[in-house]
Amino acid sequence: MNTLWGDALSGFWSAWIIVITLGTIGFAFWLLWANRKTDKRPDADGTVETTGHTADGIDEYDNPLPRWWFQLYVATVIFSLGYLVLYPGLGNFAGVLGWSQEGQWEEEVAQAEERFAPIFEKYQQVPIPELAQDGDAMQVAERIFLNNCAICHGSNAKGGYGFPNLTDDDWLYGGEPEHIVTTINNGRNGLMPSWQQLGADNIENLTQHVLSLSGQAEDAERADKGGAVFTSVCAACHMPDGTGNQALGAPNLTDDSWLYQAPGQSLADSVRQTLRNGRNGHMPAQAAYIGEERVHLVAAYVYGLSQNQDQSQ
Amino acid sequence: MKHEIIEKNVGLMAVLVLVVISFGGLAEIVPLFFQKQTTEPVEGLEPLSALELEGRDIYRREGCVGCHSQMIRPFRAETERYGHYSVAGESVYEHNFLWGSKRTGPDLARVGGRYSDDWHRAHLYNPRDVVPESVMPAYPWLFENTLDGEDTPAKMRTLQKLGVPYTDEQIASATSEVRGEREITALVAYLQQLGTVLPSSAKSP
Repeated sequence: MNTLWGDALSGFWSAWIIVITLGTIGFAFWLLWANRKTDKRPDADGTVETTGHTADGIDEYDNPLPRWWFQLYVATVIFSLGYLVLYPGLGNFAGVLGWSQEGQWEEEVAQAEERFAPIFEKYQQVPIPELAQDGDAMQVAERIFLNNCAICHGSNAKGGYGFPNLTDDDWLYGGEPEHIVTTINNGRNGLMPSWQQLGADNIENLTQHVLSLSGQAEDAERADKGGAVFTSVCAACHMPDGTGNQALGAPNLTDDSWLYQAPGQSLADSVRQTLRNGRNGHMPAQAAYIGEERVHLVAAYVYGLSQNQDQSQ
Repeated sequence: MKHEIIEKNVGLMAVLVLVVISFGGLAEIVPLFFQKQTTEPVEGLEPLSALELEGRDIYRREGCVGCHSQMIRPFRAETERYGHYSVAGESVYEHNFLWGSKRTGPDLARVGGRYSDDWHRAHLYNPRDVVPESVMPAYPWLFENTLDGEDTPAKMRTLQKLGVPYTDEQIASATSEVRGEREITALVAYLQQLGTVLPSSAKSP
């Protein structure tokens, strides 16, 4: 902690601050005291002391300061001295209370930890499929999801263009609890290379072949021609039958579920674009942001999203 | 009355007022110029690359600082959401500071690495595509404008004079690093490095 907040001030600068601070307070108090007046009675001959300021024949009385104002001034001086004794203000003097902003932060964090840690610990012991059925736990988990995951996957977890839908049963990297935990903890890097080098004709054939895998080919002849290229180029990741490989995050191409179909774009165009330019899906690792216990909870939430859907079907 | 002299000489009064006010700065500001905490970079801090620097200038040009702060205060509520509180040593190469003072949008001090590049692009093109309730303006022109990098070396030389340790090689290659890049690429590069020098976890500062 000290390395972050740096070393204390040097003796000179510490003294500099102390002298200026106390000197200013002392000077202000002296100024008040030196100009203090208490007597405002008229002299024996009935004349009243004036400041000598005259405007349009009106004299300014030289009366003492109002007592409430004078006392308030003294009170501020006393307050400032009391503050400087209790809190850090005079150079390197830390104050009698030992208060510091990082100390206050640590205290706040420790208090919260004491209050919330047992709750998370309790949930940590529950296996994810069971935890997903726990309404209270899922209320907590939903908030974690909304704060950390919804920004990409959407508050309804249905994802969007380039951001996977978490409510269906289609998983890029596997939908078992341990897969979900790994994904959240470490993030994922999807890499589909560009196949521009295959040439426009091959890309068109491949596009039709990929569409044919989910029964949507527009040109059966080209789809057929694309088969050979698919086997030699794509099958390594997407498998010969196109069902994908969750160990690599290679999507299943047979299920008519498309991550990269932009709004308003035809399916064929989106496949063409993917083949030409490749894709780089990136999910940042979350472990450092939310910690193991919350990952467990939010993994249960994500697991539950698709389980609930199964029941409703 | 002696204060009559002061009251009747406005110039003298102005000078004396300045002298009085300066005591606050002398005690609160001047010592910071000589304190390691505020003058030395945290371990691992590097000056922005040429592309990131151009991104920073786009951040300034578009007025991002008007709605986004870059200053995580040491409160639990903030460190829970944003990560480790900001420390002075992270900002020693910043000229000018972009700490901001208003949060219409979230703090960005540690946004680096939090979201993917694709997310930032989608979000800056039209924030409502990814965050439906967002009130942030869209910045589609960043995807059209191209940087020429003509001024990048001059900017880096100025920063060098202000104490940012750019090497002459970095300055020499700056234009070629930036030329032809879209503004969005520079801005995303800038955003993705924000606050990444310190660990992001609030629990292990």
